[in-house]
Amino acid sequence: MTNPRAGLLREWLAERAVADALAWLDEKHGAIADGAPDSVFFMNYSAASRRFDRTPLALDESALRAADAAVPGWRPQAWEMMHTARAVLLCALPDGEAFAPTIDKLLDAADIGEQIAAYQALPLLTQPTRLVARAREGTRTNITAVFQAIAHNNPFARDHFEEAPWNQMVLKALFVGVPLAPIVGLDERANAALMRMLCDYAHERWAAGRVVSPELWRCVGPHADDDAIRDLARVLAQGDDDARAAAALALRTSPHSRAAELLSKHKELASVSRSWNDFA
Amino acid sequence: MYLDPHVHAVSRTTDDYQAMAAAGVVAIIEPAFWLGQPRTNVGSFQDYFSMLVGWERFRASQFGIRHYCAIGLNSKEANNEALAEEVIDLLPRYLAKEGVVAVGEIGYDDMSALEEKYFRIQLDLAKEVDLPVMIHTPHRNKKEGTSRSMSVCEEHGLAPGTVVVDHNNEETVKEVLDRGFWAAFTIYPHTKMGSERMVEIVKQYGPERIIVDSAADWGVSDPLAVPKTAALMKARGLSDEAISKVTYQNALDAYGQSGQIRAGDWLDAAAVDPTEKFEGSGVLRGGQPPQVGKLGNTPMPDPGSDNLIV
Ligand SMILES: [Zn+2]
Repeated sequence: MTNPRAGLLREWLAERAVADALAWLDEKHGAIADGAPDSVFFMNYSAASRRFDRTPLALDESALRAADAAVPGWRPQAWEMMHTARAVLLCALPDGEAFAPTIDKLLDAADIGEQIAAYQALPLLTQPTRLVARAREGTRTNITAVFQAIAHNNPFARDHFEEAPWNQMVLKALFVGVPLAPIVGLDERANAALMRMLCDYAHERWAAGRVVSPELWRCVGPHADDDAIRDLARVLAQGDDDARAAAALALRTSPHSRAAELLSKHKELASVSRSWNDFA
Repeated sequence: MYLDPHVHAVSRTTDDYQAMAAAGVVAIIEPAFWLGQPRTNVGSFQDYFSMLVGWERFRASQFGIRHYCAIGLNSKEANNEALAEEVIDLLPRYLAKEGVVAVGEIGYDDMSALEEKYFRIQLDLAKEVDLPVMIHTPHRNKKEGTSRSMSVCEEHGLAPGTVVVDHNNEETVKEVLDRGFWAAFTIYPHTKMGSERMVEIVKQYGPERIIVDSAADWGVSDPLAVPKTAALMKARGLSDEAISKVTYQNALDAYGQSGQIRAGDWLDAAAVDPTEKFEGSGVLRGGQPPQVGKLGNTPMPDPGSDNLIV
């Protein structure tokens, strides 16, 4: 296999797919790796839906560990057979000048399932720096499942997005109502600009009388400034149980001088043993 | 539960989607057609086809409606030969995609030589990729156009059972059924076919191989034509079984031959793709919940109202 990660994908499919489908995939993988015209790649990438269905791979712990070892932060727990077969074909593309333009052409004419498969597979592909613009384009979609293919369980954005697109992706996740917890690198890529954007967003929601996701405070805590501390104090005073627990978790990560003082005023929250994953 | 197998949803509003879902339309098929404004380059076609398999599919899902499509070069734009050549080259890529249930809508507009040429090319393509065909019969010179469309299909070796001939009327239906094709009827308000006439046709010919659709598009048309016609059929004493055939099952059987549309897609919750589940806020504003599986009651049309008058 041209791209070593395709071996892992093929191994998972081999344990689950019928022999015919697997033989078909091997044949197409071979043809694409040997430099078949891009039309062959496009047609078979689509046709994978005729051979593989949407049964989840349902990977076990050891398979997920193997995934993380192959690509740190890659969590293919939600991958389906069809998407996996398509990822194998993507991995077959020769690593040359035509690689990134071919991915662009593929996505310019892709249906929803095809977009999901390609964006999910980004961290497995070579030439990541040439795919960054395309990944950013993907985060501009309003099709939630496509957005999640990049934002969730996928380390590509953590590894290759600069601060501004990273921040936009996190804010958009809140905006379209998908959880933050599955975003890979959420804590390590927290930053002051994002903290400010999120607090402004919380104020907008409050002004409109709408609920603020408790997860929002996760990216606020580590960089909280005076205003953000005041926002967290407001949540502690007025929020529901979820919001208060989240504010307490956020304050525990804050180096701000007032954080500890606020927490000590709310002793009832000291015993909260929830983690951020409990809010997703 | 209704399947409207001919809706140009890109031209419709979210109100239409809400009304269709409330009236019990569970799935629609959107055939590629002319947009009113002629396209001048192949990129416009590519983006249109991508929209049918992408954004519009998602938009429909937000209202609890499953969206399928037919892909083809329409007869009007087949008359631009240089463009038509490029569009034909593009078609195989889209015909291989999920949820593409037919080559369509194709056929004749003013029965020019170029229309004929690209109609035939696309019939061969349909055979090659093993998909049903949706035929748009011409609005002018309809009787001859319909006959000729079927003859050309036969000439190219297509089984009549894989071809849906759309936009029929009282003058064309007998021949279409006699020759073994599916006969679809578009219920237009004010003109052409109306629900009342449709009832008479089903009474006369029975429900086999007859399909009712709205062809709702950018013109005066009614996205509720299928549920309204069903309600009128009920009031006029047609059996539930006959009504279900012409407003749901026949279309499912015809286009189901593609392998790309099955009742399980909307009946079996477990079959709904979990990553494409009816969620998200793409077209919803201000915290509205998505409309999922909210099947309301079919509105009964007033038998004297406009949409029933021919
Ligand atoms: Zn039409």
